[in-house]
Amino acid sequence: MPQSSDRLKESASQTAGPYVHIGLMPNFSGIAGVFGTDLGAIMVDEKTRGERIDVKMRVFDGADQPLTDALVEIWQADADGFYNSPSEPRAVADPNFTGWGRLATDMTTGECVFRTIKPGRVPFGDGRLMAPHITVWIVARGINIGLHTRMYFGDETTANTEDPVLAMIEDRTRVPTLIAPRDGDIYTFDIHLQGEHETVFLDI
Amino acid sequence: MKTEASGLSNRKPETEAFFPRDRDWHPPAFAPGYKSSVLRSPRKALLSLDGTLSEITGPVFGHDILGELDDDLIRNFARPGESAVGPRIIVHGRVLDERGKGVPGALLEFWQANAGGRYRHKREGYVAALDPNFGGCGRTVTGADGSYSFRTIRPGPYPWPNGPNDWRPAHIHFSIFGHGFAQRLITQMYFEGDPLIWKCPIVRTIPDKAAIERLIAGLDMEATIPMDACAYKFDIVLRGRQSSLFENRLEGN
Ligand SMILES: [Fe+3]
Repeated sequence: MPQSSDRLKESASQTAGPYVHIGLMPNFSGIAGVFGTDLGAIMVDEKTRGERIDVKMRVFDGADQPLTDALVEIWQADADGFYNSPSEPRAVADPNFTGWGRLATDMTTGECVFRTIKPGRVPFGDGRLMAPHITVWIVARGINIGLHTRMYFGDETTANTEDPVLAMIEDRTRVPTLIAPRDGDIYTFDIHLQGEHETVFLDI
Repeated sequence: MKTEASGLSNRKPETEAFFPRDRDWHPPAFAPGYKSSVLRSPRKALLSLDGTLSEITGPVFGHDILGELDDDLIRNFARPGESAVGPRIIVHGRVLDERGKGVPGALLEFWQANAGGRYRHKREGYVAALDPNFGGCGRTVTGADGSYSFRTIRPGPYPWPNGPNDWRPAHIHFSIFGHGFAQRLITQMYFEGDPLIWKCPIVRTIPDKAAIERLIAGLDMEATIPMDACAYKFDIVLRGRQSSLFENRLEGN
């Protein structure tokens, strides 16, 4: 036996199941009066800097049906490209923007809409700038381990072309799965769990 | 963000990337024994990425978001003077990272069925009775050494539509927020000695028996409150950061 690294193993993931809303969005699920508000439901206030946008997301299964029981969390930089996090080493981010949002997909339509701001550019490990993007994490019944992906902005053609992460996608026909088209102030990001249009998911 | 309250103030924030996730230790996306995974599992290879700032940073939640009864599921939905039905238990433990360091300021959110195995949810279909004094959700933030505890009732097992006669063992769902978005984790806690654990198709999505055993909370007689509550100990491990040995030595741990 080789020597062990003596590292603990991460706790194994288990599905969030069909009732994830009870724990993470109790007010949404009809359990009123336990927590004042559902965490992550509101991302911006009148003092938040940056361009207001709506990001509409849907998550489709392998039969092209939208999931009506999924929970989506997003994490993004502020308008200047800084994260509101103790692990952000470069600068203090906009104090009026947490950068974090959490919503359930609608129980009928499967849609959720994040009211947020367009993030600034953040450097990749080697210093090159990444295109503006939103980090996305999806859990639901039937998803055994939370899925990480990224949403890029359809109107950032030049930045997207230079993006070091998009450049790593070997099958170039899959790049558009991470790019949300813009219509007015609304970006639409359709996530496909499997099938012909399967979204590129990340192992980060 | 309240760094002081969350115990982060005495530590330099860490900015390194995380150890890669051991995907063989976690359940695979496609696990046909759990039928819901069939249409909801990505089939293509994941794109491996060394954590960038977008993944190694994450929001932090202070103790100031917590209400007085957030960690008491026996009372947080109950009518004044009443309490939830069922065996009263304390669940406690620590949130650690892969290096064995306690994770302070981690947000834990938990949800569960009532003592009869019934969830308070629009889509719940089990015939067991609702408990008017039990909501089923709670949350807490870990202390300076990564420790946490909360009070609840022991949930009941319940049947669910999968195979012709599948039952979930008694369990509590946990969502854990560490310090980086890449650490984000949802898992479930099971109870020592429950024979349903080893028959459950969701438990069995985890390939390694040792990984399953780590999700089973042990009875902890040291932490019980006589004539009040039994206790179970459940430690949770999040991904650790690739800090250098040199850095560890400087910090003295
Ligand atoms: Fe459950």
